[in-house]
Amino acid sequence: MEKGKVNIKKLIVIGGSAGSLEVLLRVLPGLKVPFPYPVVIVLHRKQSNDNLLTELLSLKTKIKVKEIEDKDALVNGIIYLAPGNYHILFEEDYTFSLDDSERVNYSRPSIDVAFQSAADVFGGALTCILLSGANADGADGFLYVKERGGETIVQAPETAEVAYMPEQVIANKSADKICDIDGIANWLNRM
Amino acid sequence: MEISVDEQDLKLLLNDLIELYGYDFTDYSKASLVRRIKRLLTLDHFPSFAELRYRLKTDPDYLNRFVEEITVNVTEMFRDPDFYVALRQQVLPAIGSKPFIRIWHAGCSTGEEVYSMAILLHEAGLLHKSLLYATDLNPNVVERARQGIFPLAQMKDYSENYIAAGGKSDFSSYYTAQYNRVIFNEQLRTKMIFATHNLVSDSSFNEFQLILCRNVLIYFDKELQNKVFHLFDTSLDRLAYIALGSKETLKFSGLHGTYKQLGSNKIWRKEK
Repeated sequence: MEKGKVNIKKLIVIGGSAGSLEVLLRVLPGLKVPFPYPVVIVLHRKQSNDNLLTELLSLKTKIKVKEIEDKDALVNGIIYLAPGNYHILFEEDYTFSLDDSERVNYSRPSIDVAFQSAADVFGGALTCILLSGANADGADGFLYVKERGGETIVQAPETAEVAYMPEQVIANKSADKICDIDGIANWLNRM
Repeated sequence: MEISVDEQDLKLLLNDLIELYGYDFTDYSKASLVRRIKRLLTLDHFPSFAELRYRLKTDPDYLNRFVEEITVNVTEMFRDPDFYVALRQQVLPAIGSKPFIRIWHAGCSTGEEVYSMAILLHEAGLLHKSLLYATDLNPNVVERARQGIFPLAQMKDYSENYIAAGGKSDFSSYYTAQYNRVIFNEQLRTKMIFATHNLVSDSSFNEFQLILCRNVLIYFDKELQNKVFHLFDTSLDRLAYIALGSKETLKFSGLHGTYKQLGSNKIWRKEK
């Protein structure tokens, strides 16, 4: 447990809603393998017990894609996918806890909840990316991440299928960088 | 403005709860506990963490509210219908051969799962020889579960779950609606025993053919999960079953080797 903790120098958490799956399908194939950090993806999705999304994302990358189970440990070079109907939380020992309490921003998983919990544990070692969506989830989380020294990147609204979600973090001035889809991929590979 | 919760403050508060009220949240998932406490600080407009601690120490009635809000009581009837299909097809036929069936719903919350199980047993012709023990650490939710009264508005979703779970009857035949609520049939409730039981501090109280503990252990840390798994182990007959939530697993527990998972379902059978 402690060994894994020392090894993880950075965490990337990607949040998205309507229109974000297409972005991931374009970004994931270009990621370098092995990828040096854990990547956690939090998408608004309906069903809790379908493996389709995991399979779909797996097809697009050689990086291992895993749907999160309670108390899974973070490992470099794995893409973790938040399961439907649960919030994801990060523990001090770099494991996940799941939480099925109230929806936040009408959402479970909530992107705000994931960003905030990741920032509590990773502080300045966290990079959060917010993609297309029709909901304000992620906007409070971005502010929280900034306050704790983390880095925030948002998909350029004009490149997003639904611009509303990216626009919220540009409006609250919590985005460090605004990138188009290729820009997001390049940024991840340079980290 | 959000109030931060530091480690030391949290420790003091948790110690108060143990000493004054006997509730031990020490080994709950830290991330979850801190999140729930921050939420309560906001909901109840506490100006500081110290104010919450003072209120808890001086107002025993507020403890009820604290426990209610810190623990998560999200549940529904026939949640994850596939899980109930597996119970129907794989578990009930196996335990149905016993002369008497004891089932424990550990962390039953407001009881939706217990009523679902009673319906399943009824339809399998096993309810007459079954007893369902339903426990939770929160006496308020146990009382609500005992009453078997649920909001009418949820029955549409529950009915859909019931059908997806392989239900063949008319779901509404299991309850009587009155105004905006329904009460489930007495026949189902006569086979239920409700009690408060704290998985952290209370011990085993019987032997069971099936224990259901779904989406309860996610709020515990790994060590406490392990402790509870051992409590369950001592409460299970050989070839009895344990059922967990859809994203929970036995694999981090020391028991992994003596239990066999039923396919990809979150149901394990005790082999030794």
